[in-house]
Amino acid sequence: MAKFSTIRSLALGAALALGAPAVHAQQPPIKIGELNSYARQAAFTVPYRNGWQLALDEINAKGGVLGRKIEIISREDGATTGDATRVADELVTREGAVLLFGSFLSNVGVAMADFANQKKIVYIAAEPLTDAITMAQGNRYTFRIRPNNTMQVGMLVDQAKASGARRWAIVAPNYEYGQSAAQAFKRLIQERVPGAQIVTEQYPALGKIEAGATVSALEQAKPDGIFNVLFGPDLTQFVREGNTRGLFEGATVLSLLTGEPEWLLPLKDEVPEGWTVTGYPWDEIKEPKHKAFVDAYRAKYNDTPRLGSLLGYMVVYMIRDAIDRAGSTETEAIIKALEDAKFDTVIGPVTMRGIDNQSTMGAWVGKLVLTGAAGGMTDWTYKDGTSFMPTEAEVKAVRKD
Amino acid sequence: MLALDPSFLAVQALSGLSSASSLFITACGLTIVFGVTRIVNFAHGSLYMIGAYTAATLVPRLLELSFGPVTFWAGILASALIVGIIGVIIEILLLRRIYGAPELFQLLATFGVVLVVQDLVVQVFGPEDILGPRAPGLRAPVEILGRRFPSYELVLIAAGPIVLGLVWLLLRKTRFGVLVRAATQDRDMVASLGVNQAMLFTGTLFLGAFLAGLGGALQIPRVSANTGMDLSIIAEAFVVTVVGGMGSVPGAFLAALIIGQLQAFGILIFPKSTLVVVFLLMAVVLAIRPYGLFGRAEIVGGSHAVGIASHKPLPGRTYILLAVMAALACFPLLADAYLLKVATEILIFALFAFSLQLLIGVGGLVSFGHAAFFGLGAYGSALAVKWLDMSMEAALPLGLTLAALGAALIGAFVVRLSGIYLAMMTLAAAQILYAVAFQWVDVTGGDNGIVGVWPSSWAGGPVPYYLLTAALTLVAVLLLKRIIDAPFGYALRAARDSEARAEAIGLKVRQHRWLAFMISGAAAGLAGGLYAFSRGSVDPSLLGISTSVDALTMLLLGGIQTVAGPLVGAAVLHFLRDLIMPLTPLWRLLLGLSIIAMVLIFPRGLVGTVQYWREERA
Repeated sequence: MAKFSTIRSLALGAALALGAPAVHAQQPPIKIGELNSYARQAAFTVPYRNGWQLALDEINAKGGVLGRKIEIISREDGATTGDATRVADELVTREGAVLLFGSFLSNVGVAMADFANQKKIVYIAAEPLTDAITMAQGNRYTFRIRPNNTMQVGMLVDQAKASGARRWAIVAPNYEYGQSAAQAFKRLIQERVPGAQIVTEQYPALGKIEAGATVSALEQAKPDGIFNVLFGPDLTQFVREGNTRGLFEGATVLSLLTGEPEWLLPLKDEVPEGWTVTGYPWDEIKEPKHKAFVDAYRAKYNDTPRLGSLLGYMVVYMIRDAIDRAGSTETEAIIKALEDAKFDTVIGPVTMRGIDNQSTMGAWVGKLVLTGAAGGMTDWTYKDGTSFMPTEAEVKAVRKD
Repeated sequence: MLALDPSFLAVQALSGLSSASSLFITACGLTIVFGVTRIVNFAHGSLYMIGAYTAATLVPRLLELSFGPVTFWAGILASALIVGIIGVIIEILLLRRIYGAPELFQLLATFGVVLVVQDLVVQVFGPEDILGPRAPGLRAPVEILGRRFPSYELVLIAAGPIVLGLVWLLLRKTRFGVLVRAATQDRDMVASLGVNQAMLFTGTLFLGAFLAGLGGALQIPRVSANTGMDLSIIAEAFVVTVVGGMGSVPGAFLAALIIGQLQAFGILIFPKSTLVVVFLLMAVVLAIRPYGLFGRAEIVGGSHAVGIASHKPLPGRTYILLAVMAALACFPLLADAYLLKVATEILIFALFAFSLQLLIGVGGLVSFGHAAFFGLGAYGSALAVKWLDMSMEAALPLGLTLAALGAALIGAFVVRLSGIYLAMMTLAAAQILYAVAFQWVDVTGGDNGIVGVWPSSWAGGPVPYYLLTAALTLVAVLLLKRIIDAPFGYALRAARDSEARAEAIGLKVRQHRWLAFMISGAAAGLAGGLYAFSRGSVDPSLLGISTSVDALTMLLLGGIQTVAGPLVGAAVLHFLRDLIMPLTPLWRLLLGLSIIAMVLIFPRGLVGTVQYWREERA
């Protein structure tokens, strides 16, 4: 056994030595654990890894934090709850990570929140969007950067009021994220659009959509509004089938995340024009700090940034700030430094609300348009998350802590 | 009401027909390959995936050179041909060497190919899904009863019968076809008549792989090529071939039609349970017709079963047992928290693999769905915690009971079958449970699984939980060992080695096997429950194919002919995985290659080889 672990640490050492430039010897680096679905959700997670790697390199080039370098130990979370908690356990107990961040799928995010609570370690959910992470399943160890489902759906529903659509159809992947988004939509559309009703709901299994049958089942209900939560390969098939059969003609379509380059680019020239979406028009955002990020990213990777890239970049800087303000890597100190803290990010100021550990990061809302051979967003505005967050009373009603 | 609109029904039925066509083209290749080689080729789904990736990459390049329908269809055929050649390579390198091996080894070897291809596809084509181009000239929809329907789907609907016709011509009118049919009926007789078997088998594999590649390539205008395609199609293709009767092409066609319609209309009636419908169909068909719709009984004869043989009891085994107990008990003194966690998991998997040994090694029942019982135990415990607010002490026995009951139910169907149909039925059972766990969201949490399944506080720390696991595993393994050595175990072995003779001396073979299923299921259920509490959560992957394969790999690695084999296999595999997985993203490639290597050069497994050496020396 001893022999095996020597080989292992040698190999690991070699891998790290190749991956990172020479580490100064005096102070050991601060180890941060990262896990994500790099195999199953590569479209989002690989640009995301590029993003955090860029931030990490920048931070370490300037000397790191608290006089120590930051080291990120990254693992594959297998896109399942069991694998993720197992890997997380390894990161904490064997690698000595002081905090964890990452994960993509919402169900994995919920399991990670539960793990963080059990092991009393800070977990920053980067991508998972389900409300549960900061609401019913929330706990003081779990933080989230991106606007959650209620916030993003709220932004979209506001856009839908003017359209006059009343008969709504829902199509969502059948797992935590899709269920949570559908629930938020049902609640908000009935609150804010009087007379709205849900005429049909379709929940294909994640990654296993039968697009033809799903589209004709939606068509059958004759909706004048469609709320879509599909993404990735499911979305591509759904859009192609829906375009062919004319499902979207004359209907108002609200779609979560479809304006993000990771989901928009694979659609190529079949982008469904006129959909109201949340997304990321990276090339049209002119703020100098954001532009500097885009330039650095393009220079380093020779590729355009996705939303994942921005997110990975922001998360690592926020972690740096939190550790810097905490003055230590103790869990309690980091929690204190995160709660109600303001962060100056490349997209502007963001606050981490202490009551539910949800950040006020917003989203870009606009309409899809085809420009040349690919899709983009038009008429977009950045909606700050603050005014779309669940109220304090709502948070207190469901959170158990 | 939905059902009253005839145009809607027509369009839905057409959607069903086009899925059926795609499914048939792929499954047809699988069934031909099985008919001739008697190998259930898990890698068939991988060939389908390679076909889709190749076409999605190749066809756009060709269309840039010259845009038009001819280029598009030529590109599709070229992709299918490339996949056919890959099939030939797989036959020459691997399948040719395992035609005579027991079914279990064949299944595992082709599953090894699946793992290898999964990693290679990502390396070759990149991690992103690739959406292929639409077919030139078929972009616009057609109107059917006032509804728009994609014209490409109409082409697909036609493609199925065309392929059926061509395959029929090939099988009826050519010498190659005559030989294929002859080999499907009696492989040995064909060999005795001096037919060049190597050529025949290679040709068959080319045909099978070509059809798989064609099935995949035809999908590119409607589905983006993605890395999950292989397992999702192989499960359905298995169902088609098994329902139709293995080796029967018309059977596959009929089965594909039924399944296509079931899926198209199932989505209306049970929008959330599309996965379960398909496997239920297979279970029902097998329960009524044990060889599928058009299948024939397999020729029984020649023992295909491998399993543990009798050995003299080791001298001083009491001392060995005491030493093992002491070592297990003292381990926490040496190990840190993480190592203890790994040790706990190794013990759990050892019990899981050992419970499978009772079925395969002792009973000769090749279960390809042992994850069913592991998952039932895990879910039983987790559900008890979540819905009944039970403590761990009550939830663990409940999980075990649920697994035993599940095994009783599944076993009642399974023991009526034999050989490959038996393996497929266990796989179907596990897939049904997987689908239930995956899609019955209100109870099981679906893909989310159930979180918060932590042990009672006295067992919460790594050391107490390790000791608890060690104690329970040890007791369970000793009990199973006792059962294996009891007359009951010998009766199972007798039935494994010769069912006819076992029956002739008055053994109730089915009853014994049924009981073995329950015992084995209960033990796997205990392992599953322990696993759930060690991770704090359960999710559907516990019921998935890869969990079943894990158990089989452990069994095979340790050595299927020995009692201690699965225990050693579990330890080595889990330890290696823990060691290597963080270091390389190519873990599946390594695992796949090692499975293939084990099947080819190391079929006795670790413990088996050591024992063999000892006996050779003696």
